[in-house]
Amino acid sequence: MEGAGPLFQMEGISKSYGGVRALQDASLSIRAGTIHAILGENGAGKSTLIKVMAGVVSPDQGQMMLGGNPVQFASPAAAMEAGIACVVQELSLIPELSVADNVVISNPPQRFGLIDRTAQRRIAEQSLLRAGAGDVHPMALVKDLPLSRRQMVEIAKALTRKPRILILDEATSALTASDVSKVFEVLKRLRSEGLALLYISHRMNEIAELADECTVFRNGRNVASFPAGTKSDGEVVQLMIGREYQNVYPEKPTAQADAKPLLEVQNLSWANRLHDISFGVKPGEILGLGGLDGQGQRELLLALFGVLRGLEGEVKIEGKATKLDSPASARKKNVGMALIPEDRKTEGLMLPMSVRDNLSFASLDMLTVRGIVDKTKEAQSIDEMVKLLAIKTGALDSPVSSLSGGNQQKVVIAKWLMRHPRIILLNDPTRGIDVGTKQEIYLLMRRLADQGAAIVFYSTDYAELIGCCDRVLVMYNGAVETELLGDEITEHALISSALHIRPKENQPRERVSR
Amino acid sequence: MKDWQYRLAEHRGTLIALAIFIVMFAIYTANHPAGFTANVVQTAANKGALLAFVAIAQTLVVITAGIDLSVGMILLLTNCLASWVVVGSPMETAFGAVLVLLAGAACGALNGAIVIYGRLQPIVATIATGAVFYGVALLLRPFPGGSVNEDLADALTGKIFGVVPASLIVLLAVILLVWIPFSHSVYGRAAYAAGSSEPAAYISGMPIRRGKFLAYTLAGLVAAIGGLFLTFFSYTGEAAYASGNAYTLFSIAAVVLGGVSLFGGKGSAVGAVFGALAFRTIGDLLFVFDLDPLWQPLFQGLILLAAVSLGAFALFRVKNRLEWFL
Repeated sequence: MEGAGPLFQMEGISKSYGGVRALQDASLSIRAGTIHAILGENGAGKSTLIKVMAGVVSPDQGQMMLGGNPVQFASPAAAMEAGIACVVQELSLIPELSVADNVVISNPPQRFGLIDRTAQRRIAEQSLLRAGAGDVHPMALVKDLPLSRRQMVEIAKALTRKPRILILDEATSALTASDVSKVFEVLKRLRSEGLALLYISHRMNEIAELADECTVFRNGRNVASFPAGTKSDGEVVQLMIGREYQNVYPEKPTAQADAKPLLEVQNLSWANRLHDISFGVKPGEILGLGGLDGQGQRELLLALFGVLRGLEGEVKIEGKATKLDSPASARKKNVGMALIPEDRKTEGLMLPMSVRDNLSFASLDMLTVRGIVDKTKEAQSIDEMVKLLAIKTGALDSPVSSLSGGNQQKVVIAKWLMRHPRIILLNDPTRGIDVGTKQEIYLLMRRLADQGAAIVFYSTDYAELIGCCDRVLVMYNGAVETELLGDEITEHALISSALHIRPKENQPRERVSR
Repeated sequence: MKDWQYRLAEHRGTLIALAIFIVMFAIYTANHPAGFTANVVQTAANKGALLAFVAIAQTLVVITAGIDLSVGMILLLTNCLASWVVVGSPMETAFGAVLVLLAGAACGALNGAIVIYGRLQPIVATIATGAVFYGVALLLRPFPGGSVNEDLADALTGKIFGVVPASLIVLLAVILLVWIPFSHSVYGRAAYAAGSSEPAAYISGMPIRRGKFLAYTLAGLVAAIGGLFLTFFSYTGEAAYASGNAYTLFSIAAVVLGGVSLFGGKGSAVGAVFGALAFRTIGDLLFVFDLDPLWQPLFQGLILLAAVSLGAFALFRVKNRLEWFL
């Protein structure tokens, strides 16, 4: 395969949505048997690039060549036919169907015109195994699986099509560290089998480990292509954002104020998922939640926010025992809690509604006079938030779905900050968003803490926990495994507690996300 | 979880509907003066089968996350058409019956085309086409009348070997020849997938348009089978507006009773059939308990509410309030 011409080429591709140019004269060339990384901030045109390749949108201009022949894809099915499979950021699984149904979905095995369930099961099991997800039951419904398992099913589904080109768009963003290493083995094997892989990720260390070639996109154009490893992280980031790369994390305060905890949790347990959790958070403090994905961190945040039923234990606000039995009671003035949810598309935003409406949803009670929304007051608050978070939005009245991922996340955060909460819970707020926006979120968190907020911050990214938190609780199997304070928060400590192993024992090689 | 647990979960809605039906029917026959005899079963089967056909038709559309408010009117239209054409020699009768089925399928295909290619909301599109179908039915039969091949009618509403109601055999045949092949085909799966998450189905390259179109067309076809049976029972054609609307609404109740999700992507026509039979039994129950007819609609409503609530019991066990909204 080496030395042969490129397997896939695109040249002069342009695409506009309405008046917005998403891609401008972009070109790309991919060779078989390589992993090609695409880098760029959100809104740089990566998603559109993939959609063009996968036949989801057709370009306004330009041409694509596959194996030396010009191609055009009228639909995703046509691109699939040509051997291009896509693992997308917005999951493409059907929630009400089983894993096996989903894995074979684009080409189910048939007998006498009907789907052959036995063969389907066999194919699904093989594909799951090939994708390193042998633990997923093929008969389970996709809607019952956690996000990380769904992502593995998504990869299995793409492999079932026996593609020549496999596109992975943020395919690892929801994965646990151990899954990531499994997926990497799979991807390396596919490369050796002669596939061309297009890999999109915000995680620099993943790209360093995997990629052979890198192409950086900015403002809808490819600005640079280079062999992997020939540029430093700093240089790459500079190419992506077009400005100088600085330390992304804000200064931590040197000494903690000796205040009483604002939020206190005592012996909190829930169903079989949370066990005897106790901790406190002081005003001005950022408390991190660490550990492998799915160890109860999300449940803990939901429990605090009044979403879970049948809780045992006590939650105290300013030393007073408080019963939180719904998000509505958690956000009340005397509690003042806000939760930035995990999934901005379902729990954070009403996608078809305008940015303005979305911003004021959580604080309508504070903006109404006798049941009528006070438009002037609403406009003021919205204005304040748009400025505070530098939300890039041409028109506040356009649907929130038209914003980029990073800006959508800012809307979710802003909508809660409008209530001026005292206790802010963040559930992995930087997943799948670009470096620039991440940095803004870090700065914002520290600023809110300095203004006296108590912050609980769950992140799947260890580097964020190290960079942002004053203290970290590492969770394992629904309980707090370790508490790390200040300088104790190191990658080594985070990983060893996350894996539930004592320090100084042999460390298994485990991937860390940055 | 083991394989059989997954299988049980898959068929839970259908099994609950079956259980509800068995309990209701047992109470009914136990209190019926004649008891559990072939004649009682035959009468119940004939009444139930009619709604069951309409419920199968409704299921086909509901799994695509649509709804068919014209299904009762397709029933009326095909009834009125059948009262003209399903007559005469065996050859003529057979030809007439095929014509009726084609007419039903065409009505369904029209709904499908409007919803899929016209991109109209199913609820509005089928209200409009329903009015059109009713209009055609009224033109065919401005007054109740017409006739049907009585030999065929009596054969299909009678008993086979003096025991098994023929209408149940036809119902079974529709399940085996229409529903099972459809739901196990690629197009059927595309219809389910489109009902569950249309963008995901599209991006996976599934034939969602053809799947949905086939679902709507088959819905029309099965509604026409219902129309034929209505003619076999009544020997006439009648464009009865209220009855058409009642069938439409009852079919929605029947599919919900049968464990079919109105949000689409989930459920089976088999469940809907049991839902329809159970729904019909509610009416019969009130009859054997000799209730004043004046009270019937009220009690029918209450029992329906209670039955539908059975499916919601699981919500009491939900510990994560977010699951209420899934």
